[in-house]
Amino acid sequence: MIGIVNYGAGNIFSLTSALDRLKLNYGMINTESDFDQYSHIIIPGVGHAGAAMEKLQQSGLADVIPLITKPVLGICVGMQLLTAHSQEGDAVLTNIIPVRTLLFDKKLGIKIPHMGWNNIEIKDNPLFAGIEDKTQFYFVHSYFIEYNPIFGIATADYGLKYAAAIQRDNFFGVQFHPEKSGQAGERLLLNFSNLKS
Amino acid sequence: MLSKRIIPCLDVKDGRTVKGVNFVDLKDAGDPVELAWQYAQQGADELVFLDITATHERRKTMIEMVKSVARQLNIPFTIGGGITSIADADALLSAGADKISINSAAVKNPTLIEDLAKVFGVQFVVVAVDTKLVEQRNMVHLNGGRLLTELETLQWIKQAESLGAGEILLTSMDHDGTKQGFDCKLLDQVCKLINIPVIASGGAGKTEHFTEVFSTTGVDAALAASVFHFGEITIPDLKTELNKHHIPVRLCK
Repeated sequence: MIGIVNYGAGNIFSLTSALDRLKLNYGMINTESDFDQYSHIIIPGVGHAGAAMEKLQQSGLADVIPLITKPVLGICVGMQLLTAHSQEGDAVLTNIIPVRTLLFDKKLGIKIPHMGWNNIEIKDNPLFAGIEDKTQFYFVHSYFIEYNPIFGIATADYGLKYAAAIQRDNFFGVQFHPEKSGQAGERLLLNFSNLKS
Repeated sequence: MLSKRIIPCLDVKDGRTVKGVNFVDLKDAGDPVELAWQYAQQGADELVFLDITATHERRKTMIEMVKSVARQLNIPFTIGGGITSIADADALLSAGADKISINSAAVKNPTLIEDLAKVFGVQFVVVAVDTKLVEQRNMVHLNGGRLLTELETLQWIKQAESLGAGEILLTSMDHDGTKQGFDCKLLDQVCKLINIPVIASGGAGKTEHFTEVFSTTGVDAALAASVFHFGEITIPDLKTELNKHHIPVRLCK
């Protein structure tokens, strides 16, 4: 069963609706002891990374998350929380995956936020099982995670090549919104739920 | 690469979609959930629901409808009509809306844009602008084009961006309903003026109009209602055609 880290950063109705459509069971994680009930953990999040990190710390869950050995999936700002630092609010984050979250540079001739469907280049990874290379996912963000060949498992190109998905051990993160990315997104959520602990 | 988005717009009154819709396999053309789902299946990239009763009758967009849509839909959607406060927006966000679109309320109280962006992030805030030529100048209009304001369209759009709009939905009232094509000249000016995504609206009549607006302007998305509802243009055909013209789109299988 999937546990959703419930720390008050953004709305999770779309995420739980997607899990309902996939007939995946889930529950909410409000305190440290709740982690034990779940086999897979999702960290959602929209909005401001610095503010989200503060909320995560206030919830008392920030120190526990790096110790998790079950599969963890961070979505959008939830993914950014896994990184070392964000330029958004000059925030120190969990540093589970030692990469940086940076602001898109409009000098690259791009519109900000990056909003819409973007194709991604996928490395062979169980999270993307059955999903073709160059499949499009739905993105909405102004900050991005720098590409790193060790931790990057998918890249997107928007002014520059950056990390669309990252992984370190049992920790996964996706910048796009699988719950809003049509069938491909639903497949990804299903793949995540099938990852072995 | 970022795809150009195709966005059907659904008018909603009392929680039911209005305007004729003639999809063959639709059981209930007035059911926004079924209609939305059909569009998602066809390959729509996003949907806009506009509560057309909102401005005149001060009716709040129905939260229950938004929830039902969010439960079924696996693509993003925007809700517009009658949103005047943080509380309105918060209720819609909690019900599963990805974005909200504000029009009259933003003109009457521009700081609303700033407040919404601060609370929910710029990505949540679409500013819809209805424009019409008055003595050769594009002026912002309210109430579906019936009420002229003192705002010049380009200036207002620039101001909306600086206040925290995440996207502009620009409808040319002169082109709307004519089926003679989008207002490419104005859309081109807007795209050169601002650095946030722009949705073109008003004037779509045939596939070529979409090709034209994406080829000649920097718009990110094109919105239409009747050509999709009446099946005059189908989304798979439209995307195939755009793809032939090397316009990046999301092709669905």
